[in-house]
Amino acid sequence: MIARIRAALKQLRRRAERQRLLARAIRRRRQITIVRDRTGGIGPRDLLVFTTLRNEAARLPYFLDYYRKIGIDHFLIVDNASTDGGSDFLAQQPDVSLWRTQASYKAARFGMDWLGWLLFRHGHGHWCLTVDPDEFLVYPHCDARPLRALTDWLESSGTRSFPAMLLDMYPDDALDAKPYAPGEDPFSIARWFDPANYTIRKNRTYDNLWIQGGPRSRTFFADDPLAGPALNKIPLVKWNRRYAYVSSTHMLLPRGLNRTYDEEGGEMASGCLLHAKFLSTFGAKATEELDRRQHYANSREYRAYQAGLMGRSRLWCAQSQEYRDWHQLEDLGLMSRGHWA
Amino acid sequence: MNVRGTLAPDAATWNARVPAAARNHNPVANNSGASDAVRLGVVMLCHAALDLAARMARIWASGGAVVMIHVDSKASKNDVAKMRSALADLDTVRFSHRIACTWGDMSLVHATQNAARQLLDEWPDTTHVYLASGACLPLRPVSELRAYLAQDPTADHIESVDAREGRWTAGGFDMERFLLWFPVDWRRRRILFDRLVQVQRRLRIRRRLPAGLSPHLGSQWWCLTASTLRAILDDPRRSTFEAFFRFSWIPDESYFQSLARIHSIRIENHSLTLAKFDPFGRPYLLYDDHLQLLAESRCFVARKIWADARGLYAHFPATTDAGDGRDAATQPDSSLMASVFDRAVARRRLGRPGLYMQSRFPAKDRENGKTSAPYAVFQGFSDLFPQFEDWLATRIDADVHGHLLGPGEVEFSGRPEVGPGALSTHPVLRDHDPQGFLSALIRITRRMQAFQFSPRDNQALNWFIVTDPNARLMVVTGAWVVPLLQSDMPFDDIRRVAAQLQRIELDQQTALRSVWVKAQVRSWDLSEFLDDPERALKTAVQMADPRAEPGEDLPVMRDVAGLPDFLRRLRNAGLHQRVTGLFHERSDSSKGGGLG
Repeated sequence: MIARIRAALKQLRRRAERQRLLARAIRRRRQITIVRDRTGGIGPRDLLVFTTLRNEAARLPYFLDYYRKIGIDHFLIVDNASTDGGSDFLAQQPDVSLWRTQASYKAARFGMDWLGWLLFRHGHGHWCLTVDPDEFLVYPHCDARPLRALTDWLESSGTRSFPAMLLDMYPDDALDAKPYAPGEDPFSIARWFDPANYTIRKNRTYDNLWIQGGPRSRTFFADDPLAGPALNKIPLVKWNRRYAYVSSTHMLLPRGLNRTYDEEGGEMASGCLLHAKFLSTFGAKATEELDRRQHYANSREYRAYQAGLMGRSRLWCAQSQEYRDWHQLEDLGLMSRGHWA
Repeated sequence: MNVRGTLAPDAATWNARVPAAARNHNPVANNSGASDAVRLGVVMLCHAALDLAARMARIWASGGAVVMIHVDSKASKNDVAKMRSALADLDTVRFSHRIACTWGDMSLVHATQNAARQLLDEWPDTTHVYLASGACLPLRPVSELRAYLAQDPTADHIESVDAREGRWTAGGFDMERFLLWFPVDWRRRRILFDRLVQVQRRLRIRRRLPAGLSPHLGSQWWCLTASTLRAILDDPRRSTFEAFFRFSWIPDESYFQSLARIHSIRIENHSLTLAKFDPFGRPYLLYDDHLQLLAESRCFVARKIWADARGLYAHFPATTDAGDGRDAATQPDSSLMASVFDRAVARRRLGRPGLYMQSRFPAKDRENGKTSAPYAVFQGFSDLFPQFEDWLATRIDADVHGHLLGPGEVEFSGRPEVGPGALSTHPVLRDHDPQGFLSALIRITRRMQAFQFSPRDNQALNWFIVTDPNARLMVVTGAWVVPLLQSDMPFDDIRRVAAQLQRIELDQQTALRSVWVKAQVRSWDLSEFLDDPERALKTAVQMADPRAEPGEDLPVMRDVAGLPDFLRRLRNAGLHQRVTGLFHERSDSSKGGGLG
């Protein structure tokens, strides 16, 4: 009986948290101002991408291209005070709606308040993919089937959310050895990844899995590997305006959305977000972001990066594997097709 | 009742109904007299994606079949109007009276009955009726299907498995579908549904079956001869059967399947429609990348096609005929296709053993394989033989590691900076998820993994290893005393450390002696081991790798002189030895010379 009451109280607390997050996102809608509004053209079945970014002009052409190819219909992007002209480029794209803000990224829960509002306003009833401009979704059969095939299948099997673990990709050389040119496939340079270096724990409050590890944990965070970033992400969700991302795209409320794994031994479908962060553009970014101190845990990540970069700017090791395709990631057990044959 | 007599083959009038274009499209029908004897009618059940359904209807009609379409009355008026106008030019496509359909409900049976009745009334010379859905794609030309049916025109092609014996369903109810009452919808009122089943089971409620009815189950999609279908529709006890099936579960998988057993002359117990179901009872969707498999299956009809699978819609129907007409009636063989889906089902239900990842995180003891391959754990050996790791590496076919779970850096074989699969050597990261660490190491490596273990190491995996059938655990209990013997620590500290290690090992022993042990375990206490180290070592090595030949040269053993005396001192200092075995007494008498 007491356990039940306790569980009910926890549930109430989670609901209160979700409502607080939603209220906050709605309140902060004033922080972002519309630059190009093309949301009127969003059709009822369209697949949407939600992104917040800053000074990512070099990455944008490939980013848009990649997601257009797998069938994204519309991009909703918040530009956080870019100064590199990326904003103009985005405003010219026919399938991009652009917002702009000068407000603090950190104070807006690392941009999630802004995206929370856009998801609330435009995401309801759509399959929404919330990614950073350096995250590229790989899902089962992505070489043969468009994303819509996946979302149709998820929907027909009653699934509302699709997990995709963040997979840090890196070059086999020093990070700045090969310069990255706009429009180029970042994974032609950053082709390597850690095949098995991941730890998993279950978070009992939100029921999500907490995945850590990867190359960052053995290099930048070698002294304190548990301070490394979380790699679990749930970027693709059939959105409802009652939903809210709690911490980046790592977990959601209501927490049923986080149960993307089977506990009876079977495998559910999952993908990977290939992370194209570790390119030649990284050093400059780390310096800039460090000055702004706008990132998670007082930019601890970037500080560790920079300290690490001075010593060894190489993430590659003899055990790194070269990326081939989604089949390879599935064989390694990093993702799974579940029963989507 | 025999209606076959009324069906005088009259190919000329039949062909007059088929559009000229369709007849030309149909080489086999024209040059094969046999298939002319088959006049195919198709009952098509549609509820969504009506534009696609219209295309399918056109394929059937232009192949020379007559089509009766039932559209769910819940479909939007606009869509239905579009569908009607898209098919307006086809004389052989008609629409039946529309009723509202619910999944797994009697309404689907009624819709089928109505449409079949209308079809047989409007085209009384039909010989076969095929039940298809709007998402069923004919893979082979309709003429080939007709040629196939013509080979044995009296056979009914319907999957019909005895509910009493066949485990046809994927985990659902078999006989209980018919013996319990199912008044509520499973999809919408799941909790009430489950409660009702529980209550009926507890009250041992059993419905009485109508006399002569033997419940059979099978795929919803069938092809019956017109005579069988008429017999089912005109059955004088139809209302009795309907009243019975109305309260059984998913009657559209059992109504025709059971009644065909009563009325059919000969049943071919298979469905001509390739339709596989996932573990949750949903039909599998087919995509463009299945094209090759579908073509090779030579099935006549497949479902369910993803609405945007343009490649499939463009390619099929495609003839399997090499051109000479001989292959036109080849037998379908869906085994290859089935194995693809069966593998997917297995992956969803059982997963890959020893895999822990973002979408597979089994609860304790639900792993279906805690690890993916056999591995060997040597406990205490490295305390007795300082060079044991190197020695063992040359004796068995395995990657031999040091203390993987030791307090310091992870001792991977060869002591690299980064372990196999880029596993970190950082103990904090390992101890954050030791189970994931060990299972990942075993999954990512090709050879067997062997590692050293001792009570000084992280003990978090004791139960995991002991309950894992892949583990081969060789233990020398009390071996941790030997390094202490040579330690120059103050005796008081030694006593404290010994007490601690002994307690840890005793804890582990409770796991090793429990009834849950699934690992292969061989345990010696220190005195037993020292009785005949050579033989014990050989046993241990061959347990880890049965093909290994340890040879004669033992690794160098630590000096155990003075051990009985040391143990006596420990005992006198208040520490009862419970894991080293009976040492002092034997050493005093028989082995005194060897050890003392």
